This record gives sequence, C-alpha cells and structure tokens, in this order.
Amino acid sequence: MLAFILRRLFQSLIVMLSVALIAFAMFRFVGDPVNQIVSIDTPQAQVAEIRRSLGLDDPFLVQFARYIYNAARLEFGVSYQFRLPVISLLGERAPATLELAFCSALFSLAVGIPMGVYTALRRESPLAKLFQAISLVGISLPTFLIGILLIYLFSVTLGWLPSFGRGEVVKIGSWWTTGFLTGSGLKALILPSITLGLFQMTLIMRLVRAEMLEVLRADYIKFARARGLKTRAIHFGHALKNTLVPVITIAGLQLGSIIAFAIITETVFQWPGMGQLFLRSVQNVDIPIMAAYLMLISFLFVSINLAVDLLYALVDPRLRATVGA
Amino acid sequence: MSFKTKCLAAVAGLALMCGAVQAQTLRYANQGELKSLDPYTVNETTTHAHLGHPYEGLIRRGKNLEILPGLAEKWEVSADGLTWRFFLRKGVKFHGGEDFTADDVVFSADRSRAPGSNVQTRVPTGAKVVKIDDYTVDFQLPSPNPILHYQWDTWYIMSKKWAEANNSTQPTPANATTPTFASLNANGTGAFKVESHQPGVKTVYKVNENWWNKNPEHNLKEIIFTPIASDATRVAALLSGEVDVIEPVPIQDIQRVNASGNAQVLTGPELRTIFLGMDQARDELLESSVKGKNPFKDVRVRQAFYQAIDIETIKSRVMRGLSTPSPLMIAPELFPSTGFTRAKFDSAAAKKLLADAGYPDGFELGMDCPNDRYVNDGAICQAVVGMLARIGVKVNLNAQPKGQYFGKVLKPGGYKTSFYLLGWTPGTSDAHNVLFDIMGCRDNPASSRGESNVGGYCNKKLDALTDKILVEVDKAKRDAMIREAFQLSIDDFAYIPLHQQALAWGVSKKVKLPQRADNAVNFQYAIKE
Repeated sequence: MLAFILRRLFQSLIVMLSVALIAFAMFRFVGDPVNQIVSIDTPQAQVAEIRRSLGLDDPFLVQFARYIYNAARLEFGVSYQFRLPVISLLGERAPATLELAFCSALFSLAVGIPMGVYTALRRESPLAKLFQAISLVGISLPTFLIGILLIYLFSVTLGWLPSFGRGEVVKIGSWWTTGFLTGSGLKALILPSITLGLFQMTLIMRLVRAEMLEVLRADYIKFARARGLKTRAIHFGHALKNTLVPVITIAGLQLGSIIAFAIITETVFQWPGMGQLFLRSVQNVDIPIMAAYLMLISFLFVSINLAVDLLYALVDPRLRATVGA
Repeated sequence: MSFKTKCLAAVAGLALMCGAVQAQTLRYANQGELKSLDPYTVNETTTHAHLGHPYEGLIRRGKNLEILPGLAEKWEVSADGLTWRFFLRKGVKFHGGEDFTADDVVFSADRSRAPGSNVQTRVPTGAKVVKIDDYTVDFQLPSPNPILHYQWDTWYIMSKKWAEANNSTQPTPANATTPTFASLNANGTGAFKVESHQPGVKTVYKVNENWWNKNPEHNLKEIIFTPIASDATRVAALLSGEVDVIEPVPIQDIQRVNASGNAQVLTGPELRTIFLGMDQARDELLESSVKGKNPFKDVRVRQAFYQAIDIETIKSRVMRGLSTPSPLMIAPELFPSTGFTRAKFDSAAAKKLLADAGYPDGFELGMDCPNDRYVNDGAICQAVVGMLARIGVKVNLNAQPKGQYFGKVLKPGGYKTSFYLLGWTPGTSDAHNVLFDIMGCRDNPASSRGESNVGGYCNKKLDALTDKILVEVDKAKRDAMIREAFQLSIDDFAYIPLHQQALAWGVSKKVKLPQRADNAVNFQYAIKE
C-alpha cells in the first residue's frame, strides 16, 4: 500500500513538473511582459535594465530552473502589474472563487438530481421534455452567453439582481472574506452560480437519468416490485441510492473543473476571484500570476485524482489485492 | 412680496441649499484596474487620473487642459530660462496631517527620478532642485526648457516624512520581492482620501474635509471604483443604475446607452493620434514580395499608400462617425492644425504614383496591427488592407494582441515590421515629443532620439529643428519652427496620420461631469443629483 501511495505521489510530481514546463514554454508566445510594465515613451535603456533585472534575458532553462527552485520553497514571486506577492493576490481572491464554486456545485446537485430523477420516472410527461430541452440549452450555450443573457434579464430589464461584483463582503479571520453573511453578498452569488453551475447541472441531470433508467431495468428492482413494495420506496430507497455512486464520483471530479473553469463566469460578472485575475494576467503578460495559477490548478487536479485513487483502493478490495501483488 | 411668495422663495432657497450640501456617493467602473497607488510606478493615463484624487502636482490642468496653479501658487522663470522658481501654497496639509513644504517637493523630485520609477522624465535628469525656504523651490536646468512644467499635473507630490516613516522612499522597482507601503496606501494633499484599496477589485475614496481648496466644485462624499473588464457587463451595470460612470463605452453600444433614457454617452476627440507607419530603414522589407530593395524608400510609394486611404470611409464605417481625421501627427488640442490638410484620397493618382515608382502591378507586403489596444484597431487595419488592394498592393495582415504586437514592433523586438498601425499621445502634451520620439533619426544608439520611430524615418533637417524647438522660449518663434518641422515630415510622407479617436464615457443622467480630452476621468468637477 505504501509503495502504491509513493508511486502515485511520484507520478503526481511528474505531472506538475510537466504542467510547469509546458506553461513556461507557452509564456514565450504571450508577448513581452516588460512592455506592460513600462509606458510607450519610457527610455529604452530603462526598459533593457528592467528586462535584465527580472531575469528575462536568461536562457529558457535557467529561467525555468529558477522558477521551480523558488516554487519548491513556495515563493511564487511578485506580480509584474501589481508589484505585490502572487501568493497574497491569489490568497485574497481564493475565497471568492471557492464560495462561487461551492454555490454552483450545490446548485447543480440540488437541481440536477431531482430533474434527472423526474425525467427518468416520467419520461413521456411534458415537464420531462421541457427539462430535456433546458439541458440541451445548458450543454450547448457557451457560458459567457448565458451569463450575459441572465444579466440583461435580471439586472438591466428587471433590476432584481446585481450585474457584477460580490456585493458587501464580511471578513472572517485574517484573510477569508465571505459574501454569505450579507444580503447583497447572497444576491450577488445567484447569477454567477447559475451561470457556472448550469453545465454541471445538465451533466448531472443526464447522468442521473441514464443511471436511473439502467437501474430501473435491473432484476432487483423487478424483484422489489414483485414483492409488492411501494413505488416510492422502490424509486427512492433502492433505485436512486444505487444511482448515486457514480454521480458522487463525477460530482467530486467536477468540483475541480468548476474551480478551474470559473474563469469565464468570473470575467463576465467581474467576480473578484482567481480565474478573473488569471485572465487579466494573460492580457497583461503577468507571467508570475499565470505560472502560479496554473501550478495551483494542476495541484488541485492532481490531489483530487490522488484522493480518488486512494479512496478506490480503500473501498474496493479487488484493487487492493492487485496493488498488493 | 406676498406671504405666499415669501414662503415659496424660502422653500426654494432651502431646497437649493440642500441640493448644494447633499453629499453623494458616486460609483465608477473602468475597463482597466488601478494597479498601484504608488504615483511613480505606472505611467499611464487611467492610473494618473485615479491618483489625481488623492494626490496633486505643483500645477493642475483644468477642464480644458489649461494650466492652473496647483500646489504651487505661482512660478517665475529667470531671463536665461535656466532657473524656475516655484512659490508653494501655504497651509496645505497631507491626509496624514503632515505639513506640505519645500522638502516634500525636493524629495518627490528625487524619488521620481530614482531607479524603478516610471515617471523619470517628469523632472529632467540634469535638473537640480534646490530648497530656498520652506515655501520656495528652485529648479536649476542644464538647458532652457519652456515646457518644464507641462507634465507636472501628473507629477504627484508625496510627503517626505510619511515616506520615510513607512520605508517608501524609493519607488517599487519592477523586480521587487516585497511590496512597498506606498503601493497599497496613499497620502497626498488632494480632494479625496483613499479609504480602502484592494488591487484589481475595489477602491474607495472619501472626501478630504481639510482640502486647501475651500470651494470644491463637486458634491461627493465618496467615490467607489470597481474595474469591470467585460464590455457587455460594464454597459449593463450602467444601464441598470449600479454604477454612475463607465469608461469606455464600446462604439457599438453608444446608441443603446443614449436610447436607454437613464444614461448618456459623452463623446469628444481624444488627444491620441492613430497613424500608419512604414519601414523606411531596411534595405529590403522583412515581409514583402519585393526583393533587393525597399519600396518605402521611394517617397512616391509612401504618397501612393497615403492617397489610397479613404479616411472618410474609415470614419463613417469603422469608427461610426466617432473619429476626427487628422492631417498632423498631433491632436489639434495640443498644436493647431490650421493650414494643414490631408493629402487627398485618390486611388487613380495613387495607382499612377506606384506605376511611376516601378510597381505598375503593385506588390505584396506584411502589416502588423494590434487588435485590443485602440478603438477598433483591428477593423481599421482590415479597412486599410481593402483600400490598398484597390491599387494593387496585397497586404498580409497580422492582427495580434497588444502584448505580442508591442513586443514585435518596438525597439526591444528589433522593430520587426514593414507596415504597422500605432497610436501616440505626446506625454508632455507638446509637439517636441512627437518630433523627437517618433520622427527623430535613430542612427545614434547613444541617444534616445527616435526610439519609438518604428519605421526609421530620418530627416536631418527635421532633427536640427527639433533641437532648436527644445530650447526656444519665444512661443511665436517656437510654433513657427514646429510648423516647419511638421511640414518637412508631411512633404516626405513620413507617416500616414489617420485620426484622433473619440472618447466615450457613459454617464448616468444624474451626474454632470466635464470631459477632458486627455481621457482623465477626474471627479473633482462631478455633480451628482
């Protein structure tokens, strides 16, 4: 078991190093960071001096090695555009992203599962057909379009909900800020959460529906019916329970991608999270932020996958046997 | 006067008074964020405009960019033009309570010229700044400079005591590993204090009750600034009334904002001139079908390109009427363009010029263009490509994000372009900057002359004039020389000036705000109902 964990850890490390390498190689194509630091009429001697002092003249491998060395000591450098440590910038923005991700995950589960169950049980009803149509919209419309449509409907036309930002936030502890404790903060969460969660909701709804249909055909359900159990007990006590195992796996894995792909939603709603910071950094060629963000996201995925792998090994005796062998 | 009318008058008077004293909160959203509160780290209009709330310079610029006394009440220049004496305003206090004195001016001059500063050109390198007494400062210059104070509205004066107490006597250099206090905090003398600042998220200003100017022209108590990068969201926030002012409004949304009934778009010409440049330096163009020679070295080819461009179509179709075609490489607000006209748009004449130059069937070349820097920049380039196709020139357009574009065409990238689009606002608000930076010969590597002259245009006569213009103090003579220099560049078809793009500020109907041509959004003059 220990060897398995160690092997997994080693593999994770390799993945993260490769992400860093690929990211670093791509930074050479996003443009010249120094031009974003200085203005167009800055004397070129000064521009050259800044370039040199940032180590941008060094060969690629030297820059990469220096970055990895610093990253290993958790030093991610200073943002070119803000002149602030990247760690504190990302830390400041993390609560916004995590709260948004949490709300949209909640939304996608709380709405997606009942919709999936309903469409599986009442396949022919008009409401189920409507749900199917909605799920088609959720899958096929791009996030930014959904966001803008929601803004125009609920902010500009109806004036119910804010079109941008997090509303009033409350500080908890030294660095966490939350929008859960104020009215404006909760209101501000609604549209972005729906926008971000719509795709996941659709996914979960379709998954639940497909699994449910599969399970309902299974022998033990038929047997339960034959025993004369109540329909309600069969559907929710037996069928749904067995459906949820793959749903939970997928939902867990999707949490990572909700955090990582909040970029578009955060930009549309000017949500002050990490994704929005990342996108602005790409536009401004702010390499330290880009690099740290990509490392963070790869760390997130790697650790979720690692945790899932370990859980499987723990839960499934067959896997444990092969691992041990 | 009857009792009734007396009552009415009293009520009206009260209402007026209430209207005048009722302090308001103004919400503002800009496309870009406020990156640093350190007034010497970022040299960019939006940042300077922001910092114009907490900070002030020795001079101010009024609603029409006229020079007004700021922290200096008056100034005088010695007969030889080498010494400028500034008399400082007395009784001014910084937000932190420190008195404003000559020491702060001397300190700010040093700090703005220190390594890591991006406003090093505000005070000339060779100038000596001498404190005469607490409220008098001399600037001793190595050579006369009639426009010494032109940019000082954005050379913000910082408190020496405060900077020393907070370990911020040097501007944050680009390679700093720890942020300085001054990049997250501001302590100026201006009309508004920074209440809170979260970079890239939100900045709140509160009115400065102890401002030296006892007759402020605004009625605000608070300004809340949020950057909103997405165009659609920014417009939506204005239309829904969540913000009062946005900058900029995308051209295609102007009509919708005006039609909404609760907001309008203020438009006006901006100081930036958009132009096309041609590589006249290389012996062979980098990206062209013509080998062994550079067609742009022939003035007839440059004229043909100029006359092939239908500027009115660009104005009406691409810019939707929101541009001012320009005959000069400088905006008329900065130097009068009277007497200058653009070379006429004439495809036939252009085709003939090309034929005379030995290219009857035209040729092929590459063009570089940014697509996220200026208003509709990518679309302008596409229009230019179409217009040049009519005279037989096939242009391969490379429209790219600004990060890549500037990296390629400017000096650090080795001026790697044959034909390009660029925008320029003289930082000094003066023609000399244009003549020196974008029209000067770049043959002397030791000099910074012509560093942004991407096409490498060179005319020694123009350079000689530029040097004289720098030190000429007689305004009439100076203006005549500037006209002469511009005429030289026009005769040479050195550049193809296109237009000044328009400013577009979205302003709620509740707010009255004067629009300044330098695109600085400053709420010192804002009145909100």
